[in-house]
Amino acid sequence: MTVLQKIGHYLVSVLKYLSLVFFSFVAVLPVVSCVITAFKTEEEYQNTNVMTLPESWLNFNNFLQSFDRANMGKAFVNSLIILVAVLTVSVLVGTSLAYVLNRFKFPGNGLIRNLFLFATLLPGVAMQVAVYGIMDSLNFINTLYGYIIMMCGTDVIAIYIYIQFFENISVSLDESAIIDGASYFTIYHKILLPLLKPAIVTSCILKGVGTYNEYYCANLYLQNKKQLPTVATSLYTFVGPLGSKYNLICAGVIISLLPALIVFILFQKQIYNGMTAGSVKG
Amino acid sequence: MAARVNTAGDNKGFLKWARSRKGQQVIIIVAFMIIPLALLFTFTYLPFGEMVGFSFYKMKYLGKRTFVGWKNYASVFSRKDCFGALKLSLYYMGGSVVQLALALYLATVLSFKVKGGNLFKGFMFFPYLINGIAIGFIFKFFYTRGFVFDTVLQWCGFQLDNLPYWLKDQRINNISLVGTSVWRYFGQNMVLFIGAIMSVDSELYEAAMLDGANRLQQFRYIILPSIKTIVTLNVILSITGSLSAFEPPYVITSGANGTGTYFVVMNEIAHTQQKVGLASAMAVVLLLIIFAATILQKLFFKYVFRNAEDEDFGAAKKREKQLAKYAARKAGR
Repeated sequence: MTVLQKIGHYLVSVLKYLSLVFFSFVAVLPVVSCVITAFKTEEEYQNTNVMTLPESWLNFNNFLQSFDRANMGKAFVNSLIILVAVLTVSVLVGTSLAYVLNRFKFPGNGLIRNLFLFATLLPGVAMQVAVYGIMDSLNFINTLYGYIIMMCGTDVIAIYIYIQFFENISVSLDESAIIDGASYFTIYHKILLPLLKPAIVTSCILKGVGTYNEYYCANLYLQNKKQLPTVATSLYTFVGPLGSKYNLICAGVIISLLPALIVFILFQKQIYNGMTAGSVKG
Repeated sequence: MAARVNTAGDNKGFLKWARSRKGQQVIIIVAFMIIPLALLFTFTYLPFGEMVGFSFYKMKYLGKRTFVGWKNYASVFSRKDCFGALKLSLYYMGGSVVQLALALYLATVLSFKVKGGNLFKGFMFFPYLINGIAIGFIFKFFYTRGFVFDTVLQWCGFQLDNLPYWLKDQRINNISLVGTSVWRYFGQNMVLFIGAIMSVDSELYEAAMLDGANRLQQFRYIILPSIKTIVTLNVILSITGSLSAFEPPYVITSGANGTGTYFVVMNEIAHTQQKVGLASAMAVVLLLIIFAATILQKLFFKYVFRNAEDEDFGAAKKREKQLAKYAARKAGR
């Protein structure tokens, strides 16, 4: 290598790292500024610049206060109930549907796949205009179970992840079980479901994060914010009277994104895999 | 699919049928599909049908309805707040171009050995996992006069007096909002592209390296051809996504100061003004536009990527040839 080439090489890699650092900084800055502000006392918040570090990193006062004011205890309980119910139902429904669609040939198989695919084209927000009427006539508004049932019904990507996974599980496994006298339900339940575990973990993480973060429908259908807040909607409390008390608001925001952060740190690999898997056919 | 066994009134016959393989198949198919199909029908196709119906009426959620024919549709195109709002989606399309280009660049860089690559990837991906309302607060705070963004710009030597109000100034506020959407999704796009790049056979890179191809050539001749399908897909998705842009203006500005996109306006008309008929017509119009875009996409894929696999194979061969030629030229010098 000539000296010039060496310098060129060096420059390119400096530029590469500079750009990575720059965009990481851009990605992190808004959140970090929130963390900084969340640790400030009222007085500090009023008198210092937003980017000045707080005097004490142990001032959890704001967190306690906003947890209390936004009724986050209740919100976390509700979100947990919703999460467990939605994930359980959608895993059972999704895997069983994928099992039937992948393993059996019957008239209408293709049509049903297309019906599910077509549904992804209908943007959720627009549909709520009419879904609202249906939720109303079912008496589902302001009930946790109504919201849960609605949230279970809209997951096509997971079904496709399962179908893809089933395609890679050899049918000869089913056939040998049939020879041994197993029923179809046993095959699904005892043989295929355990093998599907990685796909289930992936889709649960994706769906879980989506459900935890969902707030448009939660806001629309769980209008009783005192009794039925979710973590996402509980933050709404800060819109009105606390409009500019950003030290409290930021603390609330940080609390609300902690679970997502923990899940992200623990399941990074599965999340990345899930993103890629869902995109292939989604 | 009906049982071709004479079950009528014959209990024994039915039981026999139910125990047979064929019978078991039918039972499991029906049992496993009834719930998902019921959910799909109740929360997707029933409302879809109703919405189309609503769009011909002047109505609220409760009370009487008057049939008005195509009047709602005429209003969608004539009302300034409705159709004009679609123009805003151009900002979001511009944003998604930036977002895709950025994601592609970062994915290429991070696909090769980079110190701390995983950390960078994590930092840039995490915004995707934050809930919309939290993002709303984060960016209201971020853009407030004299707060985070202004402070950082002042570090860079800008004067506060020369800076606009990021969320109020109509010349810039839509760009500020699009920025939040780019911020939220570029990391996710990047992860998608990294996945696609990683699926390329690593021998190809090694061969290219041995032949002396530089990074730019590797990108042009190896990476780009192998991920063009997913890139095209994302470009098209971003068009439909831009048309239905909703979250940033809804949570950050509530659509004030000329930031109301089509969906924000529709949401307001449906749930605040309760003009359900008009809102439904708006939804149907947008759906038609999205369908048109999707059909175009299908045609595009059909004709451009016809025999995708054959072509990929051909492209790979062509690539090899080009690389070989390149190497030969280099050796000749």
